[in-house]
Amino acid sequence: MAAFLIKRLGHAILVMLVISLVAFAIQNNLGDPIASMVGQSVPESERAALREQLGLNDPFITQYLRFAAGALQGDLGNSYFYREPALDVILRHLPATLELVFAASLLILLLSVPIGVFAAIKPRSLLSRAFMSVSILGISVPVFLTAIVLIQLYSIGMQFTLFPGDTGWGAWLNGLLSTQGGLPAFGRGNQLVHIVGSWWTNFASLDGLRHLILPAISLASIMLPLFIRLIRAEMLEVLQSEYVRFARAKGLHLRRIYFLHALKNTMLPVITVGGVQIGTMVAYTILTETVFQWPGMGLMFLEAINRSDIPLITAYLMIVGVIFVVTNTLVDLVYGLVNPTVKLTGSAA
Amino acid sequence: MSESNPPPSATPDKALEQVAAGERVSRLKLLRESYLYYSFKRDIGVQLCLLIFALMVLAALFAPWIAPNDPYDLTQIDIMSSELPPFWVDGSDPRFPLGTDAQGRDMLSTILYGARVSLIIGFGAVALQALIGVVFGLLAGYLGGRVDALLMRLADVQLSFSTLMVAIIVGAIVQASFGRATYSSYAVALLVVIIGLAEWPQYARTVRATVLAEKGKEYVDAARVIGLPSRRIMFRHILPNAMSPIFVISTVQIANAIISEAALSFLGLGMPETQPSLGSLIRSGFDYIQSGSWWITLLPGAVLVVLVLVINLLGDWLRDVMNPRLYKN
Repeated sequence: MAAFLIKRLGHAILVMLVISLVAFAIQNNLGDPIASMVGQSVPESERAALREQLGLNDPFITQYLRFAAGALQGDLGNSYFYREPALDVILRHLPATLELVFAASLLILLLSVPIGVFAAIKPRSLLSRAFMSVSILGISVPVFLTAIVLIQLYSIGMQFTLFPGDTGWGAWLNGLLSTQGGLPAFGRGNQLVHIVGSWWTNFASLDGLRHLILPAISLASIMLPLFIRLIRAEMLEVLQSEYVRFARAKGLHLRRIYFLHALKNTMLPVITVGGVQIGTMVAYTILTETVFQWPGMGLMFLEAINRSDIPLITAYLMIVGVIFVVTNTLVDLVYGLVNPTVKLTGSAA
Repeated sequence: MSESNPPPSATPDKALEQVAAGERVSRLKLLRESYLYYSFKRDIGVQLCLLIFALMVLAALFAPWIAPNDPYDLTQIDIMSSELPPFWVDGSDPRFPLGTDAQGRDMLSTILYGARVSLIIGFGAVALQALIGVVFGLLAGYLGGRVDALLMRLADVQLSFSTLMVAIIVGAIVQASFGRATYSSYAVALLVVIIGLAEWPQYARTVRATVLAEKGKEYVDAARVIGLPSRRIMFRHILPNAMSPIFVISTVQIANAIISEAALSFLGLGMPETQPSLGSLIRSGFDYIQSGSWWITLLPGAVLVVLVLVINLLGDWLRDVMNPRLYKN
């Protein structure tokens, strides 16, 4: 266990070192921070003084060491735009993103397990085939497009006039296909409930939850098909295995076999993939938050790019790097703990 | 030869037997009698997908000749005919079957040109990532040892981030360092490089797994014993035998590359609006969705989805037919 931990820790530190070097190289070479900090009328002499004062004229290695030492103490530089520590800016935007990811993960968990298991138990039924077709469609629709379609249907509303409206059945079909709209598609709403620090939650008020619906569904839509297909494939494989056949031969109740015996082993690979995908979801929050103007880290990152707010960009890279490294390490650990066949030694990891 | 031939469906590997017997058989005949062609002939869904895909590629390729207008030509654009709906909605104009966008450009033409840009970037990026991935995968698998450890660790680190994340970050960095104007003028090439660099580990892993399986076989030993150089063994002996998994993941990768390009363009890190891809069309149309002009954003979106969907379906079918269990892990 200790050897495994040390190995994983070493790996994590190595990755963070690479990320910090990349982040710093960007910070060092990109954009002119002075130009984005001061107006056009500021004379060159004042700009040079500011450059010297910020230490932008020091050699690369000095600046990197200063950067790394600061980063270890939680100092990721000051955002040029917000004029406050980049870490504070990120922490202020973090809860919005985490709540979005949490809501989407909840949706994925609640939907993918029953659907995946059902599609594996009854692979030939019409319903599972429908689920599988919808899931390949879901993989093919980019997340921002799902978001736009959802906005059109459930925020703006859409009147269908495809069928003749003067006949009874035509009007009925049109009404059936038309959507009302009305769901909020912009930001987090103004009825957030304060929890602690910079954490205001969407989960404690009806308005907050209504604002959460469309972004969470969009974000979930990209991973849901993946999970359904994964759970179905693993479950199909487990159902072929000898211990399941033996359990069946013993005359155990089918429900008990499916949900107690088979599901346990099905979920093992799902944990690994799931953990990694939660990290991946951070990437998709950039797209979702852009469409819905959700004031989280992703939107902040994109705005930072447009403002060439380099310290904020690098700080974001570092934080996202930490999130990825921590989730990946945790997933490996949890997998080792729940799967007794994996030995948590250095060689097996 | 033809009189001795039973129908191909009966003996799919008849041609292979002839090859084994030393007869010369044309490649077309090999294909015609392969299991691939046999299962293609039986599957109407796949034929339909291939047909749609071929039509879309052809329409995109010949966009300058079949599009009713040239969306890049400012003299053909009339601001008075902006935001006209497609033909099935009231108030449409027969000159613009799919309506017009906010500048009065014909949607059909912009979509054809946009699909062209998306497909060029998709295929270009896959070609680049296949090149990098195949070379790295061959080196890692065949040479093993330190080269293997280094390349695969690199792939691991990059894959532990999502490829989309890598593409967004690299895109942001490149745009910040070149400036938006320069970025726009080289956008196609830059996007090919960005997406190609972000996704090579997929190829490298697949190729490496196949190489490891092939390396122990007798023909490789034989080639080594007669003293052929490693490079020749890798590229002329092992690579041809690793082609089917490469072929299979290529389809999925093209779909991924097209989606990545669309995502980057949607974020404003891709194609500029003066030379739009499907992604930048969706982006520019999104500004008008609240004013009720849904077709400006949803029509290019629908084309994108159909394109990616048929490629994914073809990829699924290819994987089922070729079914090498090698690349499953």
